[in-house]
Amino acid sequence: MKKRRKIFSPVYLTLLLVVMYLPIVMVVIYSFNAGRTIGAWQGFTTMWYDRLLANSLMGDALKNSLVLAAWSVALAGVIGTLGAIGMARSHFRGQGALETLSTLPMMIPEIILGMAYLVIFSAVGIPLGMPTLVVTHMTFCVPYVYINVSSRLVGMDPAIEEAARDLGAGPWRVLLDITLPLVAPAVASGMLLALAMSLDDVIISFFVTGATTTTLPLKVYTGLRNGGTPEINALCTLLLGAVFVLVSLAQLWQARQRRRQARDREQANRNQPDRA
Amino acid sequence: MSGGKGAKMAGGRGTRLFIVPMAMVAVLFVAIPLCYVLVISFMTRGDNSTIQAIFTAENYRRLLDPNYARVFLNSMLLALWTTLLALLLGYPFGYCMARANRRWRALLMLLVIVPFWTNALVRLYGWKILLQANGPVNAVLQALGLIDQPLRMVGSYGSVLLAMVYCLIPFMILPCHSAVDKMDWSCVEAARDLGAKPWYAFLTVTLPLTLPGISAGCVLVFVPSLGLFFVSDLMGGSLMLVGNLIRDQLLKSRDWPFGAALSVLLMAVTVLIFGLYRRSGGKDLGVF
Repeated sequence: MKKRRKIFSPVYLTLLLVVMYLPIVMVVIYSFNAGRTIGAWQGFTTMWYDRLLANSLMGDALKNSLVLAAWSVALAGVIGTLGAIGMARSHFRGQGALETLSTLPMMIPEIILGMAYLVIFSAVGIPLGMPTLVVTHMTFCVPYVYINVSSRLVGMDPAIEEAARDLGAGPWRVLLDITLPLVAPAVASGMLLALAMSLDDVIISFFVTGATTTTLPLKVYTGLRNGGTPEINALCTLLLGAVFVLVSLAQLWQARQRRRQARDREQANRNQPDRA
Repeated sequence: MSGGKGAKMAGGRGTRLFIVPMAMVAVLFVAIPLCYVLVISFMTRGDNSTIQAIFTAENYRRLLDPNYARVFLNSMLLALWTTLLALLLGYPFGYCMARANRRWRALLMLLVIVPFWTNALVRLYGWKILLQANGPVNAVLQALGLIDQPLRMVGSYGSVLLAMVYCLIPFMILPCHSAVDKMDWSCVEAARDLGAKPWYAFLTVTLPLTLPGISAGCVLVFVPSLGLFFVSDLMGGSLMLVGNLIRDQLLKSRDWPFGAALSVLLMAVTVLIFGLYRRSGGKDLGVF
């Protein structure tokens, strides 16, 4: 039995992973297909990449996506982190309701908020465009930061902050020198997740984008709805490349962080007897 | 939440003000838009996507129309099948992952998360290439002599279902993995020592102990699957789902009050599911 599981487990893991990656590999392979449609393989070419780079609309879409993600994630990072710290420190009626409301955008199907924004923005007379995109993306990015930071705060040893206060640090000093550095990894991982969500979002952007502003996922969406072109394949391949580089960098950084933490702990353990 | 410690903690009383920006976002961009949708769902449609402030329950009565009810039913069924398939495929994956040795586990986790980081549209497009009439899957099946004519897979119900499961399966794998990972294995060992067969031990010990992960995964898959309107669109399916219907009411038929009523119904279903989840003792979602 034990042996059977030993065989089953790697086989199943590999099989499902192959199925998960097969479509991604296909997109990459077909971006080099000489054929005009996504149909059969007609020889190797890099023509679509040249066309893509020459296409200024794509460049605009990419720029919009990056600007949008940068603004919304930065704002969400600040708002979510402050919110998490504030909520952990206070205790008031309706706190649970506020928490539910703040994390709601992550929970409910995106289309509900998407339509709500379209309807209310047109009712109030706010023109759709980059500002509406930033505000709405920020709203659905906040929960990712908030949840990550709050769970980090819950798991944090209050003795660390108390020690700093006992040693005479003022409340703001403790916040800046102790609390913020301690939650920084959680802020970073929350913002990273939010970044992925913002760069990937189709549904909410679909409703709140103006006639002149388009984002990369929206470009891909319209491109694919019209049957898809090899240029879209090339674009997707570039996006995939960017994601793989980003994820690898994040992993390397995390691994380094872990190693450093382990080293610090070891050092602390070594120092302990001296102090005592 | 470590409430109650209040002013003693870092930042003093001032930190309470930290909540203000988040509360403002929550009120301005979550509560007010949602309430507005609820309000206009009771109003009358005007010409060209305007709304007349005349109270009516007509929009809700229209939801009972068999055509619309069928769309809702279709969406629920698709979401249900998606969740079931994601569970059947994702649970064993999370389980095997949690049982793999430490070095492999980090790599596996990364491999599961990377597709989740890539654009969902891109991945769906990959499936479309794979499944098209003159694509690789048909070529392989034909070469193996299993079929004579290429199968028309793109646009079928199966292809939409496959794409949905594919998009959402990481949300099932991650909570299942963390539930199995956190489980106390000595319980299973005790059951085995007392003579339980492996499958019996799994069904009576492992499964109940990992149930929180399973239910979290099911909620995390079921709820978003109700609203993913672009999946059926892109897979070329003619399947009409609630998401498509809401989009069409907003942008094509220009009947905003009815679109709002559909959204309210979708919201009600979502709230119901979360309510049931919380009642059954589910913990906070969102942290895997």
